[in-house]
Amino acid sequence: MSDNLRIARQTLLEPAGLTEHHLREVMERLTGHGVDAADLFIQRHRVESWLLDDGLIKEGNFSLELGAGLRAISGEKTGFAYTEELTSENLVEAAVSARAIARAGRSGRLAVGRPGALDPLYPPDDPITSLPDEEKIELLQTIDRTARAADPRVKQVTASLAAAHEVVLVLDDQGRLAADVRPLVRCSVQVIVEQKGRREQGSAGGGGRTTLDFFLEEERALGYAREAVRQALVNLEAVETPAGPMTVVLGPGWPGILLHEAVGHGLEGDFNRKGLSAFSGRIGEQVASPLCTVVDDGALPGRRGSLTVDDEGTPTGETVLIEKGILRGYMQDRFNARLMGVAPTGNGRRESYAHLPLPRMTNTYLLGGDHDPEEILRSVKKGLYAVNFAGGQVDITSGKFVFSLSEAYLVENGRVGAPVKGATLIGNGPEVMTRVSMVGNDLALDPGVGTCGKDGQSVPVGVGQPTLKVDEITVGGTAL
Amino acid sequence: MSLTIEQLEERVADLLAEAKRLGASAADAAVSASAGLTVTVRLGEVETVEHNRDQGLGVTVYFGHRKGSASTTDLSSAALKETVAKACSIARATSEDPCAGLPDPELMAKDWPDLDLYHPWALSPDEAIDIARACEGAALEFDERITNSEGATLSTEEGRFVYGNSLGFLGGYPTTRHSLSCVVTGREGDAMQRDWWYDTRRAAEDLAAPELIGRRAAERAVARLGARKLATCEVPVIFRAETAPGLLRSLIGAIRGHAQYRESTFLLNALGERIFPDWVRIHEDPLIPRGLASAPFDNEGVATRPRDFVRDGVLQDYVLDSYSACRLGMRTTGNAGGVRNLAIDSSGQSLEALLKQMDRGLLVTELMGQGVNPVTGDYSRGAAGFWVEKGMIQHPVEEVTVAGNLRDMFQRLVAVGTDTAIPGSIRTGSWLIERMTVAGN
Repeated sequence: MSDNLRIARQTLLEPAGLTEHHLREVMERLTGHGVDAADLFIQRHRVESWLLDDGLIKEGNFSLELGAGLRAISGEKTGFAYTEELTSENLVEAAVSARAIARAGRSGRLAVGRPGALDPLYPPDDPITSLPDEEKIELLQTIDRTARAADPRVKQVTASLAAAHEVVLVLDDQGRLAADVRPLVRCSVQVIVEQKGRREQGSAGGGGRTTLDFFLEEERALGYAREAVRQALVNLEAVETPAGPMTVVLGPGWPGILLHEAVGHGLEGDFNRKGLSAFSGRIGEQVASPLCTVVDDGALPGRRGSLTVDDEGTPTGETVLIEKGILRGYMQDRFNARLMGVAPTGNGRRESYAHLPLPRMTNTYLLGGDHDPEEILRSVKKGLYAVNFAGGQVDITSGKFVFSLSEAYLVENGRVGAPVKGATLIGNGPEVMTRVSMVGNDLALDPGVGTCGKDGQSVPVGVGQPTLKVDEITVGGTAL
Repeated sequence: MSLTIEQLEERVADLLAEAKRLGASAADAAVSASAGLTVTVRLGEVETVEHNRDQGLGVTVYFGHRKGSASTTDLSSAALKETVAKACSIARATSEDPCAGLPDPELMAKDWPDLDLYHPWALSPDEAIDIARACEGAALEFDERITNSEGATLSTEEGRFVYGNSLGFLGGYPTTRHSLSCVVTGREGDAMQRDWWYDTRRAAEDLAAPELIGRRAAERAVARLGARKLATCEVPVIFRAETAPGLLRSLIGAIRGHAQYRESTFLLNALGERIFPDWVRIHEDPLIPRGLASAPFDNEGVATRPRDFVRDGVLQDYVLDSYSACRLGMRTTGNAGGVRNLAIDSSGQSLEALLKQMDRGLLVTELMGQGVNPVTGDYSRGAAGFWVEKGMIQHPVEEVTVAGNLRDMFQRLVAVGTDTAIPGSIRTGSWLIERMTVAGN
């Protein structure tokens, strides 16, 4: 932590001629009568990305965002202002705007985060400079060659490589100063294949909070290329998807997006404080089959959704959401935790200094069970084996959620058969989890590609699960 | 507002000069600054007051046919220099691409009309709060089954931007945008349903009355109470107007030059093909005064103009910027940055008439998820709406999917309604589609 603080001071304060003393002066202007809580968040976010398309390194882009967001809370009211010019005058001006909310404030107690010194969950290294540009280019070109060599039906390859480095510094009204230095890398491959006039696509990718060498290790990037081609070729053979309710076996890893949509969002503190979630007021109730234990854990080393401290300076950790089917807890930021009288869980996240923090997921997954995945598939008389998904969405109030298949197969009498075309699955969060009848012993986390959107803010997240059998879910196919 | 158009113009000129100094053969740059206020009121109490102030610059440099881009939120002259340098170092690493470069100088907009896009709203936080409160209040009072709220949000923003390139083009203008939205929750027994409505305009005087927006949100939420699933079936489907823009966006995605030259579209080489019934006309008009998507020149400085993409059901034009046009051996359509003020003409029937014409089927009022495959046109999305029999709404429906293929759905478009009063930059009425698969129980 002290190392992160040193880096944050060097990166954020020194170039602007600011010291901690200046920040504390700004905090004095932000707090005072009627303000129950406040924070000052300074962030520098650098992103470099490269795009290969059509065999050419077509685009390269670099962006730098730097700014400070100031928040003053009074009761249930929040005042917020931000600035992109880090001067004392601008920070004070933003503080005055933000604290204007407190005119009719009332006092309250602050929720206090988990204590303790922390070891960072990832190296502070800048992934943008972790490889020379030539090697980044060479990596993308190797992906292109590998994908094209994998099968003559490959017509188009698009590959991208992105590296980001984020430095944040948070000062709260109690004078606590926290910093985090976050690397993030991602590599994505998309291919188009063609056979007898039929075109299909396949995609794959991965990443995490590490440096770009990650993609060179264990031929990871080449693995994405081969996987994208394999998926596209499978889709060339895909038949119409049946429509209607059926048994669905979900593969391990990324299909954990089911949990993210079906239960995750509904267990975020803000919706529950306001009574807007289908899970509101149901702590202690059975909301899933006893086979299901679901956790959110922001403290997994190097994962895409991990944070050493969240964007409010609270250390992350494991939060049990559902234990053996019983709803245990919500994910909280400081604001909602205070109003609900519980401790923050390290889930306060924001897209940038220009956005207010919200309770958000980090890495959300379902713990492994007893069953061999083969045994789970063998138990299905007629159904669908869903291996990969494209994305999802939920209406937290009605509990209805959808997620889109990108690779799935028919299952008949325990045997995996023909692949089917992409289709949407739709269900009700609190209901669908009660229909989980078998849980595999093959827990896997996703490869590191997830991005979650809420209130117009995007943040990187992780998901995971073992093979799961859901007895009935509606499949949005076209075949009757 | 901190920076004037003139100051932004100076920054653009500085960026282009710096690019030239570093040896770039061509460059373009955009600089913008905006300021705004967003307030949310929930259950009558202020929830958030946000003061927004954004700025940014972006530059693209070309070394012959190699290109590099960089952007930053830091407008200081040091940052400006660093950003250009970074773009140049990136350009040295990218590939030689014969189509990379600025558009044909002939195509640059020369002079352009004032599109009346700037109507600042001097609104104090207190006044904003009052408007949001009136909006949410109307929703909460609408029906006793409205029991909760995500609040009403008023936001007002004014921005300025300038674009310039090394062909000598330099242009910019100020814009404003004001929005009011409301989301409320209805309850009946244990079941809750949320719904929303909003409006967004260039001028505050054009915004729908706060009470109307609130009541509309409440009316929609209440109408969904008691929703049930349907048995799986194949029936006609009406996409009510507010859900129809997504179908038009899928069309535009499929006829974008980028999707065409990459052969990653279900409408590959469809130019001149009859992709809709012969009465269908789909067009854009970038020059509508006060239009939400209006712009006199595109993101490359090319003059924009009204254009039919589909006429008599036949695809007339792809959506092209100069790069994709070059790849296809065509000419840019002035669509760098997208289409502007897209519209489909109505076939003349009211929504009631469409319901009668459908007789028995599903009226879709909400879509969920991303289930559209741009390469194959396969379409499968979560839906909510109403079951219709004998042309009359019977009951609300939820937890179903509607599925088909966009190519077939376009061909099976029976009618487009006159109910085009939806917020946003796309103008469309409800779409009646002859047949789709609805998956439920």
